[in-house]
Amino acid sequence: MDVRTHMSMIFHLDKCIGCHTCSVACKNLWTDRKGAEYMWWNNVETRPGTGFPTQWENQEHFRGGWERKKGKLDLKLHTRLEGIFKLFYNPSLPGLRDYYEPFTFDYQNLFNSPKKDVQPIAEPISMITGDPIDIETGPNWDDDLGGSNIYAKNDVNLESLPQEVREQMNELERLVFNYLPRICNHCLNPACVAACPSGAIYKRDEDGVVLVNENDCRAWRMCVAACPYKKVYYNWNTGKSEKCILCFPRMETGQAPACAHSCVGRIRYMGVLLYDADQIPHAANVPDDELISAHREMILDPFDPKVIAAAKENGIGDDWIESAQNSPAYKFVKEWEIALPLHPEFRTMVMMYYIPPLSPVVSVTEKSLFRLDLMQEDYDFELFDRLDAARLPIKYLANLFSAGDEGTIRTVLRKLLAVRIYMRRKTVRGKVDSVSRKTLAEAGLTEEQAITMYKMTTLPTMEERFVFPNYHREMSIEAMLDPLTHKGEVGLGYIQQPKRGE
Amino acid sequence: MDWNQFFFVVFPYISFTLFVVVTIYRLVYRPFTQSSLSSQLLERKRLYWGSIPFHHGITWILLFHLLALVFPKAILFLNAVPLRLYLLELSGFALGLWALVGVVILIWRRITTPYIKAVTTTMDIVVLLLTLVSMITGVLTASLYRFGSVWFTGVFTPYLWSVLLFQPRPELVTPLPWLIQLHLVNNFIILAVFPFSRLVHILALPLDYLIRPWQLVIGMRDRKTVK
Repeated sequence: MDVRTHMSMIFHLDKCIGCHTCSVACKNLWTDRKGAEYMWWNNVETRPGTGFPTQWENQEHFRGGWERKKGKLDLKLHTRLEGIFKLFYNPSLPGLRDYYEPFTFDYQNLFNSPKKDVQPIAEPISMITGDPIDIETGPNWDDDLGGSNIYAKNDVNLESLPQEVREQMNELERLVFNYLPRICNHCLNPACVAACPSGAIYKRDEDGVVLVNENDCRAWRMCVAACPYKKVYYNWNTGKSEKCILCFPRMETGQAPACAHSCVGRIRYMGVLLYDADQIPHAANVPDDELISAHREMILDPFDPKVIAAAKENGIGDDWIESAQNSPAYKFVKEWEIALPLHPEFRTMVMMYYIPPLSPVVSVTEKSLFRLDLMQEDYDFELFDRLDAARLPIKYLANLFSAGDEGTIRTVLRKLLAVRIYMRRKTVRGKVDSVSRKTLAEAGLTEEQAITMYKMTTLPTMEERFVFPNYHREMSIEAMLDPLTHKGEVGLGYIQQPKRGE
Repeated sequence: MDWNQFFFVVFPYISFTLFVVVTIYRLVYRPFTQSSLSSQLLERKRLYWGSIPFHHGITWILLFHLLALVFPKAILFLNAVPLRLYLLELSGFALGLWALVGVVILIWRRITTPYIKAVTTTMDIVVLLLTLVSMITGVLTASLYRFGSVWFTGVFTPYLWSVLLFQPRPELVTPLPWLIQLHLVNNFIILAVFPFSRLVHILALPLDYLIRPWQLVIGMRDRKTVK
């Protein structure tokens, strides 16, 4: 057992209101620079929808992630030799059209325009060439357009749905969408790291953050194509790849990443997960239907004395183990088993998890009026066994979060629904009846768990949502070097500007 | 000092010195600036028709030049049978033409595409023009002065070795036609410009990718040793 530590984020999708505050916080902090305008290290997509970059999940086109052939795992993008030959032109690399051309407006024209009979306008101009452009697409162009014939219907996750279900989803009365915030998944088996010919991308041992060493990056851009989530971006100005850094400078000082910290719906949780690195090769290489269970198997129980002993053997400090025990990530992923990885079939072993959305659960049309049925008591229990009546088809969620396995999604949704029913009985009637207890038991939860789940979902404090261990950065120089090495210097010493080479 | 002295004795040393010293300085102290500066994100269609012919063509041509320089006997042995000589010459000529077409497309792309103009520096143009001259003179030499692969080992191999071993023998190249001399001098210029341009990306050819492990994990300290 090779115990290692990882910082993981949980996204509670039922709580996401799609406000994009996370995206803007991230943009302001990290990607508001020349060459990075088009990058969204954090973005929020409307689902069903095609996402950003358009149709990123279509791996037949973009060739991201890993492929399992004859029991062997290989990059879908290239073999090593092919990688060298594709340095000069990579057909699988997304172009700017797949993202969008960054634009601004010529505001100066509002002030400088000569006197005319008409109002001056601020014309849209490209942020790359500076020329006037017609804006044809932009970030979140398909925001809130679930059910649209232009955008949502091209969602690749809809492909395996029966035709009549797909048509139903386009009916005005049954239109449905939810939001999917995405950052880099900081995978355990990252395809970007494996695809980088220069070896410039690496996984940080302490907390699993996947980083690009820009001094080593040579702009071969294989990472961009190999990442199945398209979360590595190429800076066209500096000629280097960039990606989400999980705000490690913030985490090292005990603050939550900007996206998580600013989250209005408080949908994000963060904490340490202990995992067994020895199990990664196996867990990434099991048949599709075993992916989730193998993944959960790999996450270790921080209360298990054997795990604690092995962790200490690996040099993991007591405070990190304690942090793992208090971790909300552990509760959601392993204890309650309601948080799932996004697209586990890409086999990169993602370490960011999603709690699939339950709402809006079910609806009926009465006298052409549209009504949610959740408030009717008896319907609750009936619904418990009728999850197929959910407006968002189970199969669709399964395509997103469990490699198409509806059983996994059903189990999770039943748990979420059972807690809702239980808590409603408790708060509305003031007492819990045997039926709701039975519902809870059928979903595989105890009353104690239900209450903790409820509290963790609805009323968590900042400290409960974000549990950060102490990084001991002050020790990282001292332990290895003479502590006086940097005395008399300013900050980290001489830093070069990230300027484009000639 | 006559021009021959300058071009074939002094200038080679200037360019070799710049090439070695500045390149090492840049790779060690300015690693951020070493990049292939790909522009595929901004424009891909013309790049496809330019970059692939150019890079694949030039790589093979350079490898053959290097082979003739380091193992002249091998080339001579290869050329001992006429059929093999014709095959080598023909394939070399074809590769050269292919690369020439590529570089012309790349120049056209760079000066006409607005997106590419936004990321173009003067040095990019200089490098492209030098490459163009190199290609044209090379292809012309191959077609006008047959058979290059035979006389190269008798003229350029000893000359370049004489320069590298600090006993320059300019008399080997002074009688050559001006076209071939231009090819030689132009390549010395490329060598001198190399460390100041995007050409340094050639040295980043990631051959170690063929053998390195898939995943890289780096920590602040080795957990096993620091407890």
